[in-house]
Amino acid sequence: MIVKRREALIGRLLLVLLMAITVVPFISLFVTALHPSGTYPSGLSWPEHPQWGNFVDAFQAAKMGKLLLSSTLIVLGVVPASLLFGTLAGFAFGHLRMPGHRIGFLIFVLGLTLPFEGIITPLYYQIRDMGLLNTRWAIILPLIGLFMPFAVLWMRAHFVNMPDDLSEAARIDGASTWQLFWRVHVPLAMPALSSLAILLFLWTWNQFLLAIVLVDDPAKRTMAGALGAFQGQWGTDIPLLCAGALLILVPTLTVFLIFQRRFVAALLQGSIKG
Amino acid sequence: MSAPITGRRARRARRPRAVWLGWLFAAPAIVMYATFVLRPLLLTVQYSFYDWNGIGASTWVGLDNYGRLITDSELFATILHAFELIVFFSGIPVLLGLFVAATIRSIAASRLATVARTLLFLPQVIPLVAAGIMWSWLLSSTGLANELLSAVGLDSITRAWLGDFDTALPAVGVIGAWVLVGLCTLLLLAGMSKIDPALYEAARLDGAGPVREFRSITLPSLRQEIGVCVTVTVIAALASFDIVYISTQGGPGNSTMVPGLEIYYLAFSEREVGMASALAVALVLLVLAVVLPIQRLTRDGSR
Repeated sequence: MIVKRREALIGRLLLVLLMAITVVPFISLFVTALHPSGTYPSGLSWPEHPQWGNFVDAFQAAKMGKLLLSSTLIVLGVVPASLLFGTLAGFAFGHLRMPGHRIGFLIFVLGLTLPFEGIITPLYYQIRDMGLLNTRWAIILPLIGLFMPFAVLWMRAHFVNMPDDLSEAARIDGASTWQLFWRVHVPLAMPALSSLAILLFLWTWNQFLLAIVLVDDPAKRTMAGALGAFQGQWGTDIPLLCAGALLILVPTLTVFLIFQRRFVAALLQGSIKG
Repeated sequence: MSAPITGRRARRARRPRAVWLGWLFAAPAIVMYATFVLRPLLLTVQYSFYDWNGIGASTWVGLDNYGRLITDSELFATILHAFELIVFFSGIPVLLGLFVAATIRSIAASRLATVARTLLFLPQVIPLVAAGIMWSWLLSSTGLANELLSAVGLDSITRAWLGDFDTALPAVGVIGAWVLVGLCTLLLLAGMSKIDPALYEAARLDGAGPVREFRSITLPSLRQEIGVCVTVTVIAALASFDIVYISTQGGPGNSTMVPGLEIYYLAFSEREVGMASALAVALVLLVLAVVLPIQRLTRDGSR
């Protein structure tokens, strides 16, 4: 039993240490954000006169209101469409299983490991030729396409596990395929759909590469993309930069803390399927 | 005589409709995927055989871009850097994750474990850009890392970690490890919770210590989860962009230049679209070459 107690103690110590390493960067960011603008404060020192005003300054300097709106618009453009298209295709490949569905699905699976850098160059010229550069569509449309492999795989995994009896019963009652999909299968897919929605929200909000390449105006980018521009502009004013970075973290952190359980579950499932 | 005909007719009439319907359901996904992923992917391959500045006429150069990729030491170094990052992005999180998950399994019911579940996940939720900004500050010459080192009398090794030729790449690696360690820990923990506790009891009764227990029970049961961790983290390492862009921009010199960032510079600053595309093709193939064998190794035979 002594062995067990020692093991447990080491376990706890390790866990606490790892938690500290995880959290300290956040604390350092917060403490630094409270120092007078333009100074180089040291590590974790609490300032004599906390400058809460830095958050207001950063809010205005970064045009946070506009950024929030922009990110929200992009999320609203990407997530519902991705959910709908992913669910429709997942239903086709997982449940309707029309001839050729294996090949179709395989082509989607191939896209799972594709790094965004692999297509960013032609994507730029394509978006330019479509006349969409520097609009939010330049982020929305490609992201829907890029999320398709994962969304289709995710929803197919759900539909494959649905018993065929369910559909047959509905058919006997005279349901068309479309009704079967909307009235029977989509309501049953809600848990899978909400997890997928959380993941897609997070990946859209945090998308950086597409935002900096395809949209010049930070006010039309995602939060992460705008943060990149903010760093370029205020990179030398450490406290202000830290305040801005924290403000930009607030929305996702809030959503995360509210839906914490779902988030962790979704992300874990997500990585297992991916 | 007439019954089989109507039967066949009915079947013939239904099947084309079912095919047509199935593909109609899949059509929106296919259109988006083909337009914004497959088409650009094929164009990347096409561009890679040309010399093009993005504006004027392009010249066919065959495999020249690929040749340069192998012979130009600066370009080739980006690929080596990506592999070095695998040690940090993948090696550390998986090993540390295994160790931590195994040791906290015993206290899984405690409050500490519950809080840890939330906290360890925080780096997964924030943009990588934010992680880059946080850590740039922590690792700067006046940052917390150096302060801690001074506090324990290690003044001699303090430096601007991200600005030093020798330490910049490992420093970038540490940021990646910080982001990914929580994900791996929780993934492995989830895998461990599926292991039958009776196995552990039996091992204890047979006198197995924690190390033996870990090697004989925990590790073999986690094949699939370890495979997932390695796959996700290796892709993160090879395709790294955000963290490097924010924390070092590839510098000092080219000491932290990775393929993702080099593609960005080549295509959008230096206007060498062909070369950028060749590197992009190489990156895609590299990811597949590394990830597919891992998938194969860690999947059970039954699947």
